[in-house]
Amino acid sequence: MAKIVDARGLSCPQPVILTRQAMGEGQFPIEVLVDTVTSRENVRRAAERAGLKVQVEAVGDEFKLTLMR
Amino acid sequence: MGLGSPDDAVVYRMENGILLVATADFFAPVVDDAYTYGAIAAANSISDVYAMGGTPFLALNLAVIPSDMPSEIAAEIFRGGMEKAREAGVIVAGGHTMDDKEPKYGLAVIGTVAPGRLLLKGGARPGERLVLTKPLGSGVITTAYRAGQASPEALAQAVPWMLWLNRDAIRAVHATSARGATDVTGFGFLGHAVEMALAAGVRFRVWADRVPVLEAARPLAALWLFPGGTAANEMYFRQWVTFDPSIPEEVQMLLYDAQTNGGILAAIPAAEMGRFAEACRALDQPFWEVGEVREGEPGIEVIAQ
Repeated sequence: MAKIVDARGLSCPQPVILTRQAMGEGQFPIEVLVDTVTSRENVRRAAERAGLKVQVEAVGDEFKLTLMR
Repeated sequence: MGLGSPDDAVVYRMENGILLVATADFFAPVVDDAYTYGAIAAANSISDVYAMGGTPFLALNLAVIPSDMPSEIAAEIFRGGMEKAREAGVIVAGGHTMDDKEPKYGLAVIGTVAPGRLLLKGGARPGERLVLTKPLGSGVITTAYRAGQASPEALAQAVPWMLWLNRDAIRAVHATSARGATDVTGFGFLGHAVEMALAAGVRFRVWADRVPVLEAARPLAALWLFPGGTAANEMYFRQWVTFDPSIPEEVQMLLYDAQTNGGILAAIPAAEMGRFAEACRALDQPFWEVGEVREGEPGIEVIAQ
């Protein structure tokens, strides 16, 4: 069961902060939901810098990022 | 200038030959203190007149004040703006205030440019040196602070720079025959540098290790606490920018960080760098030599050192 971070409607850097909190809990995969391309890019790059693998999926106008160790 | 070549302000040639420059800007609070916010917003608005090589003299307040904001707070915002404007030799006369949920403040500013003193984004010429007059990092610091992720000490590093008028930087540029300059604001250092390079049809070489960055910004950048605007800058402007791969990603991103009242980026003829440096010293105006203007494919190449 994936841990879900719903960061839709939040502006940067909140999505990155929430994603980092979830990463700190150590439970993977983590699914992060965002609704802007800037949030998508910031979360993706923050997670990649932390050494995680990131899959990005467009869901309508929104995005789902799956973070894996 | 016409609408085909975007620049920092509108320029209007009056019948007597004097150039009038006009600009307007306002934004939501970047700091908690109302007076400081007003002063930063005013300095930022006035900066666009300096970036054109002009001398500002008149401004109008532009404000959005929520109806539930205590009137003392609103008065402090206006006082901060008024006093910063006075420091710049600008009279603030009237303006317009409306009511909405989130406060916003800034100025519409008018100035003049003496004949031959106009500075344009497209004025850079090959062989010139690129100088920057403030360190980067105010975007990531103010955004991280608002999100509770940066200390008051970190914010205190950025505030004096955001309050600093670009007046003396432009005086120093005017001590030379430079024609190319802009101010570094929302598009970040590289976004504004790209605008200059494309407008002039030249290639900028930037030395990443010489671009000044506030110390407090580095750990926040490593945590990727950038504002959305910084991410948007990178996504749009990267098509004209190449990086030496040895430059860490968060340093690359800091070069795109959206700034509030950032410094002047100017192209100074190499032979006049001594004169520029001397003028800066006399005015107590810091500057950093961050790159050079070259011929070639219009855009920016960022090398490590």
